[in-house]
Amino acid sequence: MKFETPAGANPIDAMKVIGQAVDRVDGKLKTTGQAPYAYEHKDVPGKPAYGYVIGAGIAKGRVASMNTAEAKRMPGVLAVVSAENAQPLGKGQMNTAKLLGGPEVDHYHQALAVVVAESFEQARSAANAVRIEYERGSGRFDLAKAKPGAQPLTGNDADTHTGDFEGAFAAAPVQLDQTYTTPDQNHAMMEPFATIAWWEGDALSVWTSNQMIAWNKKELAATFKMPPEKVHVRSPYVGGGFGGKLFLRADAVMAALGAKACGRPVKIALPRPFMVNNATHRPATIQRVRIGTTKEGRITAIGHESWSGDLPGGGPEVATQQTRLLYAGANRLTAMRLAELDLPEANAMRAPGEAPGMMVLEIAIDETAEKLGMDPVEFRVLNDTQVDPEHPERPFSQRNFVRCLQEGAARFGWSRRKAKPGQVREGRWLIGMGVASAFRNNINMTSAARVRLAGDGVVTVETDMTDIGTGSYTIIAQTAAEMMGLPVEKVRVKLGDSSFPASAGSGGQWGANSSTSGVYAACVKLREAVAQRLGMDPATAEFIDGEVRAGNRSASLAEAAKSGEIVAEEAMQWGDLAKKFQQSTFGAHFVEAAVDSYTGETRVRRMLAVCAAGRILNPKTARSQVIGAMTMGVGGALMEELAVDRRFGFFVNHDLAGYEVPVHADIPHQEVIFLDEADDKVSPMKAKGVGELGLCGVGAAVANAVYNATGVRVRDYPITLDKYLAKLPAIA
Amino acid sequence: MKAFTYERAKTPAAAAAAVAGHKGGKFIAGGTNLLDLMKLEIETPTHLVDVQDLGLDKIEETAEGGLRIGTLVSNTALAADARVRRDYGVLTRAIVAGASGQLRNKATTGGNLLQRTRCPYFYDTNQACNKRKPGSGCAAIGGFSRQLGVIGTSDACIATHPSDMAIALRVLDAAVETVDASGATRSVPIGEFHRLPGDTPHVENVLQRGELITSVTLPKPLGGRHFYHKVRDRASYAFALVSVAAVLNEDGSGRVAFGGVAPKPWRVEAADAKMRSGASAVARTAFADARPTHENAFKVTLAERTLAAVMQENRA
Ligand SMILES: Cc1cc2nc3c(=O)[nH]c(=O)nc-3n(C[C@H](O)[C@H](O)[C@H](O)COP(=O)(O)OP(=O)(O)OC[C@H]3O[C@@H](n4cnc5c(N)ncnc54)[C@H](O)[C@@H]3O)c2cc1C
Ligand code: SF4
Repeated sequence: MKFETPAGANPIDAMKVIGQAVDRVDGKLKTTGQAPYAYEHKDVPGKPAYGYVIGAGIAKGRVASMNTAEAKRMPGVLAVVSAENAQPLGKGQMNTAKLLGGPEVDHYHQALAVVVAESFEQARSAANAVRIEYERGSGRFDLAKAKPGAQPLTGNDADTHTGDFEGAFAAAPVQLDQTYTTPDQNHAMMEPFATIAWWEGDALSVWTSNQMIAWNKKELAATFKMPPEKVHVRSPYVGGGFGGKLFLRADAVMAALGAKACGRPVKIALPRPFMVNNATHRPATIQRVRIGTTKEGRITAIGHESWSGDLPGGGPEVATQQTRLLYAGANRLTAMRLAELDLPEANAMRAPGEAPGMMVLEIAIDETAEKLGMDPVEFRVLNDTQVDPEHPERPFSQRNFVRCLQEGAARFGWSRRKAKPGQVREGRWLIGMGVASAFRNNINMTSAARVRLAGDGVVTVETDMTDIGTGSYTIIAQTAAEMMGLPVEKVRVKLGDSSFPASAGSGGQWGANSSTSGVYAACVKLREAVAQRLGMDPATAEFIDGEVRAGNRSASLAEAAKSGEIVAEEAMQWGDLAKKFQQSTFGAHFVEAAVDSYTGETRVRRMLAVCAAGRILNPKTARSQVIGAMTMGVGGALMEELAVDRRFGFFVNHDLAGYEVPVHADIPHQEVIFLDEADDKVSPMKAKGVGELGLCGVGAAVANAVYNATGVRVRDYPITLDKYLAKLPAIA
Repeated sequence: MKAFTYERAKTPAAAAAAVAGHKGGKFIAGGTNLLDLMKLEIETPTHLVDVQDLGLDKIEETAEGGLRIGTLVSNTALAADARVRRDYGVLTRAIVAGASGQLRNKATTGGNLLQRTRCPYFYDTNQACNKRKPGSGCAAIGGFSRQLGVIGTSDACIATHPSDMAIALRVLDAAVETVDASGATRSVPIGEFHRLPGDTPHVENVLQRGELITSVTLPKPLGGRHFYHKVRDRASYAFALVSVAAVLNEDGSGRVAFGGVAPKPWRVEAADAKMRSGASAVARTAFADARPTHENAFKVTLAERTLAAVMQENRA
């Protein structure tokens, strides 16, 4: 099925199940420990052996020698596999660095070998007995130093120019020109990268933890130089991914290598430090924003440049992307430059590009409003646009951004904010409020599903879609239930298996809308088949309360499948509506923060997000997405930073004691409001995504609140107290 | 983790003898620090002597009017003890500011004093570290040192001692009681218990091989108001950037020890004498010999401002 024209009325509009705050259908399995994660699966042919990965102890150079003799003699050891004795591996498309290094070392903790043993402890202890000598090479680890040599990009990442930015900026009576930095960040998901792999003949099977089953299958096939049909990937439950698990990682490759070497299933979970330096991260950025306005506050020039780094062959953090679309203004510039760095691989992390881009842009907007003496909400409202500012003939499919700002302001008590910073005190605490826009584009991906109606009237959905904690099981069940006129209890959902039709997968906040659209398409087909089986007119048949009705006839759904299961499979594909209309999601974040005027400790006291993201498929799971994102945003604003050792080229704080993310005590009451919308130009579900929208802008709202509290502007994230302590008011 | 043998000792002297008698012997109490270090092979004992059956898990009153805290009293039990809460509030506050509820249930009094540094380079066996591998160098100097020490450090090591409890014990003038393999006992004032790194950062305290901590004693209650203010990058479950343990009197006099700044709880008696002159005077004396890195110089300012916050609270 192809979605080519705006959706008319369809069965989803009934919203009997869709749009309801249905509890997670997999909730009980998770809270009772019955949902198996990658490392825990028992459905494995034979007793698995344990693999422990050895990571490079240097960032750049070569392995001069690797002595495995002692390790091989240790109790329980079955195999030691390294580049020396492994089959030659290919490389997938999506990774920059090789997943098995050696003798060349491309980054710190790059996998160099795996030790396989009967027990985890034996494998780990033998891994520590492998002696590696290195020839240290010289690497580039400092973004600021590499910045002058950073290169322009092409294609989607090329510079953009609209009008005459330089001229208009120079002529603008009010100008802002500031430079900001965002640090390297870690996904820090709870479940580590983990895989159980085994071979049956030339076929490879894995239980793994991955967001994108179809990509993973392809990448495994490319790595092991085998046909994709011979690869079976299953990932039914994923304990968080945040983009880190979009791609094939070393756990799967090393487990498969180990399994081949010892002829048994091998399981590997990467230890926490490997989650940082072995895997991918969100790269640091240096960003410059220039905004020129009229005296009345209309933006006439807006320019955003960003520098980031990655291993040779890698890509940039696309931090300037949202600036192309968020605010009006005739003269525009965006530019990204990419430097080569020999740090671990930079890659996607939740709202890649948007998150750090909006962290910066939305401080710059706050600073510009202050220069204008304007309220930052009003400044944003004044510069709203209903069309793509680079292509005014191209409207937004739906843009209720201003309503988000205004309803949020009213709800939050924004009018109580003092424009002049540092004015509100409660005892030792300085209190401030901040606002920032949330803005993330909608992406649709081809997504297929199979639906089966059995003789007991139960509908089973099969798709390789993943649920990474987001609620996919639930919204897919709701979609099938709505389409087939059933309660959620009559729908079974099976996910995360490469033997199922390929879905959109979970990434880029495309999962909810795309995967449910795929299920919608399959259900449309199933409805036709059911109607035909019952001898009813598919065009007029209605599916209500477990029955199919047409004319004056009605029959139960179960009856239709009595003589045999009815199966339908279909994919949702997308026409060019995304070209004709800019499809995006919007929101506004409001934050109240308190800063201890003595110690500089910051406490976020209240948070509100107002989101406009099309139809909300399930307000409960959607809210969870947004409050999780707001929490991540507080982390990004106040504490999260991978500390780079610029001499040795690695992230030093590579565990959860050193890389701090918010704890419960950091997170105050969070309120989320969804505007009641349905966007008929994006999909038959009329829904968009919220998973990344919720993160975009949060950091800046916190930063702006801290500024409003203290009067000290910090332009380098995270906003830790060492950066403003000395500028706080004198102490008694 | 290296393979090791394990025994549970029945008496303190037997425990001490068992460790002294094994070349790679080591005590294990709650295991919350030691096991992590063993997994990373930062500690590689070949024989563990578990001390949990030694009966050293009581808090008793001493003849001098203070308390004797058995080494196996858990951090949770110590913090919750009614006498401690009433008379040694700074200790309760310091303990509950540390780690998490689960960890404090396992963590013991002696183990807490002997927990090792949280310097990230100490934790990464690919990096040079004089504390982990004497003579290998110190990767933290010139590296990521934001969390590390500003005073009492040396050219060999700039790590801090991470304990919160120890900072409170220092301000209370506690003493550490021990027994060795021969059954000989001694009592070491807390201020002399931890050693500064000098050229031997791997030697962290005055304990001899096999010497077992049996208890920690508190002198009779000091009175005054008790404060423990721990500043960190998040609200809970993080080691201190700076912490201030203080016992203050109504007239502003009192005593203070600082955490997060040095290889041992940092207290300078001459600085205590300046309490009535304000935080800045105290900090100037306490940190006169500070030698911070450019990444952690803020800790000196923060120590002063945190003490000022505590003094302000005392006045309020
Ligand atoms: C995630 C995490 C966060 C933490 N956060 C904090 C924090 O914020 N603040 C804080 O203060 N602490 C914190 N800690 C540290 C925690 O307090 C210590 O791990 C704990 O106190 C150690 O006690 P234990 O009994 O488990 O010691 P063990 O791990 O059993 O032993 C530690 C050391 O003491 C030795 N030892 C134990 N008992 C004796 C004895 N009687 N005589 C001689 N030697 C002995 C052992 O041989 C070993 O070398 C944290 C720990 C973790 C894991
Ligand atoms: S500061 Fe001390 S603990 Fe840290 S690396 Fe240097 S020697 Fe090791």
